[in-house]
Amino acid sequence: MKSKLMHLLQASCLLLLTFVSNLAVAEVIHVAAASNFTAPMKQIVKEFEQISGHKVRLAFGASGKFFAQIQHGAPFQVLLSADQAKPLALEQAGYTVAQSRFTYAIGALALWSVKPNFKVEDASVLSQGAFNKLALANPKLAPYGLAAVEVLEKLSLKETTRSKWVQGENIAQTYQFTGTGNADLGFVSLSQILVNGQIKQGSAWIIPDNFHRPIRQDAVLLKRGENSEAAQALIRFIKSEQAKKIIKAYGYQTPAQERQTEIKS
Amino acid sequence: MTFSEADMDAIYLTLRLATTVTLLLLLIGTPIAWWLARTKSWWKGPVGAIVALPLVLPPTVLGFYLLLAMGPNGVIGQFTQSLGLGTLPFTFWGLVIGSIFYSMPFVVQPIQNAIEAIGERPLEAAATLRAGPWDTFFTVVLPLAKPGFITAAILGFAHTVGEFGVVLMIGGNIPGETRVVSVQIYDHVEALEYAQAHALAVGMVVFSFIVLLGLYGFQRKQASLGMKYGG
Repeated sequence: MKSKLMHLLQASCLLLLTFVSNLAVAEVIHVAAASNFTAPMKQIVKEFEQISGHKVRLAFGASGKFFAQIQHGAPFQVLLSADQAKPLALEQAGYTVAQSRFTYAIGALALWSVKPNFKVEDASVLSQGAFNKLALANPKLAPYGLAAVEVLEKLSLKETTRSKWVQGENIAQTYQFTGTGNADLGFVSLSQILVNGQIKQGSAWIIPDNFHRPIRQDAVLLKRGENSEAAQALIRFIKSEQAKKIIKAYGYQTPAQERQTEIKS
Repeated sequence: MTFSEADMDAIYLTLRLATTVTLLLLLIGTPIAWWLARTKSWWKGPVGAIVALPLVLPPTVLGFYLLLAMGPNGVIGQFTQSLGLGTLPFTFWGLVIGSIFYSMPFVVQPIQNAIEAIGERPLEAAATLRAGPWDTFFTVVLPLAKPGFITAAILGFAHTVGEFGVVLMIGGNIPGETRVVSVQIYDHVEALEYAQAHALAVGMVVFSFIVLLGLYGFQRKQASLGMKYGG
């Protein structure tokens, strides 16, 4: 009886040891990412997992929700926000690893329609006003929504179009409103409508970046990732040329140098 | 904790939506509940299951399919366009339709239970007295099933007030038209305006608690009078 118990103990010790040593080699990390960055992030993580052997569990959603969750113990090691404000606020509240904040992508905005009778090439479709609804992300919550409002201001069309606005809670919902054809036009993230550098459905006006302030998206290493080799490796990978190529392929720009950029308000 | 003008708009809109939906659901839900309570048809199972679907489905699923169905290429959308009404998403009436689906089981099931609890006897008695079907309904069924109708109205109203996922999907967050309280709370949280979020959210908790407390008190009173519905 006794020897059986000893065997069992030995076996479980061995099992535990292999488990622990596996963990030391390949970690599982949790990463929260803004929903506009879904497509490129999936590809980045796929390549990262192949190279590093680590596993990345991705959560996509609204940055404000992640902000609240991180403050209340959500197990994320890395946050890729849709803006600069939330990583900065987390940094100031002491939830991040010092000096880890950086801009990983600069977003581009597109005015998009899936309808064949809407040939979107420039702002004329907006100024003519012959559309039922104009979808945009809530400017209070989403930087893409704020940028859309800036575009409308620049075109002096904010007041004339306002009665036709429908606001998504984030850019993913705005895409849904436009993609289902419920809104004739929508301001979406260019990354959402690009496949291999081509607009996959409908037509779009890629808005020149002088029409709005740059949509800088910052990432940050969270306190929970401080001692994680995998989290640090992922951040190094996001800054690498290999990842930048993916990010650019989805219509984003990448910052010229790694300097942290100030938030303009 | 004070409410901003936008918060007040959202509260007013939510109450208007819940009132409209409750009244319409009592009209639509009663015949369905009546049929479900009385029928011996094979269809009772499938229809009962469809009515109960929102109990188990995530509201976002319901909202997403409604967005597709009410869109320009969807079944409902084609129908409303042919009537010259345009499409329904992003309108008050779009929310009304969404909420009717969403709150349906909360109205149909209490009424169905109440009618089932009446049993055959009173209806047979009414028939021997030569009461027509409408007469029977208004003078026999309605008074006997009244607690069920009241429960249905309260639950339908409260559940519509608490609706979130469906409105998020088909609402479009238009002030005064589709931005209800639950969405306004979500907006506050997302914008890190936790004080305003708390003000509205606490209001919501208190409202729900009072509604349920009142409902259970009412049901206990009915039970003690020997008028308990639904076994």
